[in-house]
Amino acid sequence: MIWTSLDSWIVIAAALAGASAALVGAFLVLEKMSMMGDAISHAVLPGIAIAFILTGSRVGGPVLVGAAGFGVLASMLVHVVRRSGRLDDGAAMGVVFTVLFAVGLILIEQAARHVDIHPDHVLFGSVELVPLTVVEIGSMVIPRGVAVLAVVLFVDLVVVILFFKELRLVTFDPALATTLGFNATWLHYLLMTLVALTTVAAFEVVGSILVIAMLVVPGAIAHLLTRRLAPFLLVSVASAVLAAAIGHVAAITVPLRFGFEDTNTAGAMATVLGLLFFTALLVAPERGLLTRAWTMLARRMIVRTQDVLGLLARASERSDGDGLSVNEFRTVHRSPFAARATGLRVGLMLSRIRGFVRREHGRYRLTERGRAAARRVLRVHRLWERFFHDVGKVGLIDLHPAADYLEHYTDAELRDELEKEFAGTDTDPRGNPLP
Amino acid sequence: MMMDRFMRVLMLADYNTRIVMFGTVLLGIAGGVVGTFLLLRRRALLADAVSHAALPGVVGAFLLAVAVGTGGRSLPVLLAGALVSGLLGMGCVMLITRFTRLSQDAALGIVLSVFFGFGAALLGIVQKMRGAQAAGLNSFIYGSAASMIRTDALLIGLAAAVVVVLAALLFKEFRLLTFDPAFAAGDGWPVGRLDLLLMSLVVAITVLGLQAVGIVLVIAILIVPAASARFWTESLLVMVLVAALIGAVGSYLGTAISALAPRLPAGAVIVAALGALFLVSFLFGGSRGVVRAMITRSRVIRRTVRQNLLRVLYECEESGLDHDADEQMRYLSASRRWTPRTLRRMLRRLEREQLVYRVPGEQRQLTRTGRYEAMRITRNHRLWEVYLLEHADTAAAHVDHGADSIEHVLGDALVAELEEAVPRFGKTLPQSPHALVQEEQGGGS
Repeated sequence: MIWTSLDSWIVIAAALAGASAALVGAFLVLEKMSMMGDAISHAVLPGIAIAFILTGSRVGGPVLVGAAGFGVLASMLVHVVRRSGRLDDGAAMGVVFTVLFAVGLILIEQAARHVDIHPDHVLFGSVELVPLTVVEIGSMVIPRGVAVLAVVLFVDLVVVILFFKELRLVTFDPALATTLGFNATWLHYLLMTLVALTTVAAFEVVGSILVIAMLVVPGAIAHLLTRRLAPFLLVSVASAVLAAAIGHVAAITVPLRFGFEDTNTAGAMATVLGLLFFTALLVAPERGLLTRAWTMLARRMIVRTQDVLGLLARASERSDGDGLSVNEFRTVHRSPFAARATGLRVGLMLSRIRGFVRREHGRYRLTERGRAAARRVLRVHRLWERFFHDVGKVGLIDLHPAADYLEHYTDAELRDELEKEFAGTDTDPRGNPLP
Repeated sequence: MMMDRFMRVLMLADYNTRIVMFGTVLLGIAGGVVGTFLLLRRRALLADAVSHAALPGVVGAFLLAVAVGTGGRSLPVLLAGALVSGLLGMGCVMLITRFTRLSQDAALGIVLSVFFGFGAALLGIVQKMRGAQAAGLNSFIYGSAASMIRTDALLIGLAAAVVVVLAALLFKEFRLLTFDPAFAAGDGWPVGRLDLLLMSLVVAITVLGLQAVGIVLVIAILIVPAASARFWTESLLVMVLVAALIGAVGSYLGTAISALAPRLPAGAVIVAALGALFLVSFLFGGSRGVVRAMITRSRVIRRTVRQNLLRVLYECEESGLDHDADEQMRYLSASRRWTPRTLRRMLRRLEREQLVYRVPGEQRQLTRTGRYEAMRITRNHRLWEVYLLEHADTAAAHVDHGADSIEHVLGDALVAELEEAVPRFGKTLPQSPHALVQEEQGGGS
């Protein structure tokens, strides 16, 4: 890999574009308007094309103004079409943005006669060309695209910081905002203007479709990881910046491994964002799919172990310390758990690993540690039976299943409460002693 | 010269044009038909995610075909790739909405942009490959009806025809699914499978449209004709037919124009043509069109104003204030917020309708027809006022206003019901339950 200052500028441009898109996009995700970003990013095209044709330049003020104008126009058109046609949001957006985008593409084709512009630039962006046009600011020579993106990011940041409280209110509790007499409409259009502005600035870097990845995916990642607005924005921006760096490195290294030449950074950046999202989807604390599966598995393992201990504790009340063979487990309580061979085997294995149970001549016996743990399980079980019988007036036949379930979900605090409640008692409702 | 070529294309003089036209027009029809159900199921943007998700499939299939040594430009292979990754994208949307708390449109945004990004990265590789004709892939992004070869066009057209036939056969089932899925499920219809079938048809149209319209805009052939048809009718069957017609005309125009100007991106031209048809529907549609709505609205307003004026004229006569022109004008303009100019204009209109005439003393008098009409309106108003007073416990000070807002839309059936509710008046005109002359006008009568 050969890294030059061009590469650094590309990463900086991509990171700036990603950061500003992720910042405003976070609000789109939170307000469930992600596809509005899609609609706006397509609909600004005619504005850009007209500015091209009029000024002959690909970047600069007129392009930004034209694009922002068409962005706001598009969100108004969506509103009008939806209302007069009584269509849903999706259909109204679908009509408006496809038609505007089509008009834009045709106009670009016309503009291409005068300006060096190809529809590919619009669709995929051309971050590779960003370092080639430079401006001088003071004594620094920096790419023009980078300067524009830095300004846009600054504007986005200032607006978000200034209106942080208002945005939080409108995003998380629109009903409360209305009750407080707060008018959300102007904030909505302010946000739409920011989206349009950011989209256009990011256009040169990532193109009209991949900008949606920058708008939506970082917000979605944050959505999986946090519930509070400030960390949400931080995670969102951080993942976009991270994706910019990894994306560019991947674009210039990964294809080479397969015997191809390098590919475009924007596509790789979107792919990396997708992978980051997928990772978060799997391993996010609390909400990740694997995290949730692991929590459930761990819980089931505890339940299995406790079931084994409970059965052994009951058995040892009858035949002192003799233990049980696998077959005898099934006779102890006609327990539905022991009737399933695999469940029982897993429980036995886990109990042996934890050192609660040892196996001698095909019989399973409690160890010293196991005896204490088993006594605790059985005691909690019988305390619950006591509770349901005395307080809940549950009949004797129905006591066992409820207690059997709750015994696994009783923490120390709840156990203390039960102990306090039945301090004077030393038997369960059937007369069995509390161990 | 130009005109001549234009006519040749429109008249389908060339065999090749005819075949391409056959393909795109059938595609337009199929898009309209399937799109109608998609639109009414409120899933319009799902097709957008599917079409964008098709890019890595197309490019991947191309790379694979090049790797095994075939040229890579075989349409069925590329479409198969598109189908696989499009379905994969749809599956991802469903998984994300099912397993996270993200809203569906976030899931759509994620899938369409990430898949498209991955496709763009693959495309970047292909474009730098020596010997591979990556140019052909461009037609999948921007669409190119003109460069379609004959067998491709035939394939697309026939497949679209199959989709149309399927949709026609399942019309009843799809209607049920669209309007009342809960009822359909309760009635024992396999709602899940029908929904899956409908979505498969959507995916089929999306994939078939890639070559002609291109990835970015292909959803337009599903959404735009159906959305246009929505402005013309409230009946599903008519909507399907209108959408099919609009789809066909849009594709026909778009293909013709792009045959004449091959430099323009064909997909964009077709979508722009569809967009023009949408604009026409939006403005002039017979059911929800904007102009139609405006005309209806202004008609209602004019009728309301006319009825108000007639009633006020009658009440003026009833109060005995119609002997002097000035006094009459004062009464009329005080009763509503009419400026003297509007008042004079409306009176002139009533004169033209011969409901009112002017006697030499310059004040207006109701003609026989005019009085009859005015009495009918006044009677409706007062029946409603009495009804409000006696049955809805409305205060006397409020009944005038309450009746005002409803009297213009009372039908014969409702008036008959009112007569039954307050039967003591029979067919006569009741006295006004409140004073007609307001204080500042001074005591009249």
